[in-house]
Amino acid sequence: MSAAAEILVPGKAGEGEALVLTAPISFWGGVDPKTGRIADVRHPQHGEIISGRVLFLPGTIGSSSASAVLMELVHNGRAPAALVLHEPDAILLLGLIVAREMGWETPTAVRLGRGVFETYRGTTVKVAEDGAVRAIPGKL
Amino acid sequence: MAMRIVAESARLLGAPRLIPIASAHIDGALYHGDSGTLFAERLIEGGARVAVRSTLNVGALDLMGCSRVRLEEPQRGMARRMMEAYRKLGCEQSWTCAPYQAGHRPAQGSDVAWGESNAVVFCNSVLGARTNRYGDFLDIACAITGRAPEYGLHRPENRRARLVFDVSGLSASFLASEIAWPVLGSLYGREVGNAIGVVTGIGDHPGEDALKAFGAAAASSGAVGLFHIAGVTPEAPNVETVLAGSEPEAVVHVTPQMAAKARAGLSTAAAPKTIDAVAIGSPHLSQAELDMLERLIAGRRLAVPIYACTGRHVLASLEQDGRRKRLVASGVVIVADTCVVVTPIMPELAGGVLMTNSGKFAHYAPGNTGYAVLYASLADCVESAIAGKPRFTDIAA
Repeated sequence: MSAAAEILVPGKAGEGEALVLTAPISFWGGVDPKTGRIADVRHPQHGEIISGRVLFLPGTIGSSSASAVLMELVHNGRAPAALVLHEPDAILLLGLIVAREMGWETPTAVRLGRGVFETYRGTTVKVAEDGAVRAIPGKL
Repeated sequence: MAMRIVAESARLLGAPRLIPIASAHIDGALYHGDSGTLFAERLIEGGARVAVRSTLNVGALDLMGCSRVRLEEPQRGMARRMMEAYRKLGCEQSWTCAPYQAGHRPAQGSDVAWGESNAVVFCNSVLGARTNRYGDFLDIACAITGRAPEYGLHRPENRRARLVFDVSGLSASFLASEIAWPVLGSLYGREVGNAIGVVTGIGDHPGEDALKAFGAAAASSGAVGLFHIAGVTPEAPNVETVLAGSEPEAVVHVTPQMAAKARAGLSTAAAPKTIDAVAIGSPHLSQAELDMLERLIAGRRLAVPIYACTGRHVLASLEQDGRRKRLVASGVVIVADTCVVVTPIMPELAGGVLMTNSGKFAHYAPGNTGYAVLYASLADCVESAIAGKPRFTDIAA
């Protein structure tokens, strides 16, 4: 499958195994900024690593420090390969906006309806700089 | 750089213009890694200073020296540099997640830019000032520019309730109990997500600390920036007014079973025989809450520590009449300027069990501290700390 997604925050193209979250998450308290591991024990994807994955986010909740956690993941090389959001997230995406201001290379964040998230599950996904989101045939 | 961040956020959110703000509350001074310190220092290098009153949320260190933070170098030095950078930017050294109980109370209807999820929801809901849920870095960028993107909760038409959360099916004794508010807040956040709702079925004003606990829990389990309580909060003199003449899009009738499930969901420990610590004060304890703690302990000796997190605004009165000394002698660890889920204070303990009366601590402690949590009322927390094992009073929903 492929789709032309709206770019929310431009960044470098990214490729990685899809990680489709099935519940909204609070990045602060929910994702370890050092390792990229989902630390929230109540989250269905607890224990998964978001680093290097194409992260499909059905929504975010909780702390206003989500931006700080995402920026720290960018700074220490543990960011997702790309972020796919159902709607623009005023808090989380700030982490990318400020990281760009700091001159650090950031992943691309794009917008897709959450209805198609499931079709990418189990695939390797490439998000191009122009916002094209594509599952790569023949790859896991 | 601050203006570029504000403008880029405005573009992302589709805000047509920027509006002036009266104050800010800054949540960006908590150390999560070096990137945040480098950002704050970049602002200072550019000669930035806040243009409006700006209070600071918690940092990663207890600058008052009440408790020992186990943050090692070089992280400790970077955390200190970060707190110092925000001071140099002209922010007030409030270091609390309850700035609204430390003298920062913007007027109803004024536009402000506040960070920290519980402070945001209190500011909007209880004070009636207008703020969006500002993320780290945008709060300080707005404070420096004195401007914020005009969208979301800054616009009056976006503040009306669309959902009704009716608690009239719950028992009067449950609604009058302390645990009702964090439990219902947690349920509310999960039910409404980021929508705006009005709670109905509350008779009397439950007090500011109850609303603080409700909002903090709701903003942890959901993306709640504003709630209304009919007959209690300032924009909801009654249900009709806050619905602005429209029918609600949904009505959630809260049953005792839903409340019981939400209460159970605040705990992650399965019937432990002992507990290792109690943590209270998320959001930071008020003077009244510390008074209550003192009364409940009544000079007795604790078997396991109670970590009591509060702001420096409360410390002065605690010093009077030897109150702090007496609490510490009982086994209470006072934590100021920070708290036990944002920085390492409690010992690392595999399989540790933490009891709390805070919906917010219950939400974040397992992920941030590794402790499993047990949720209970303050009275039960105190009795459990004295016994070293869980003690529960039955409060049926």
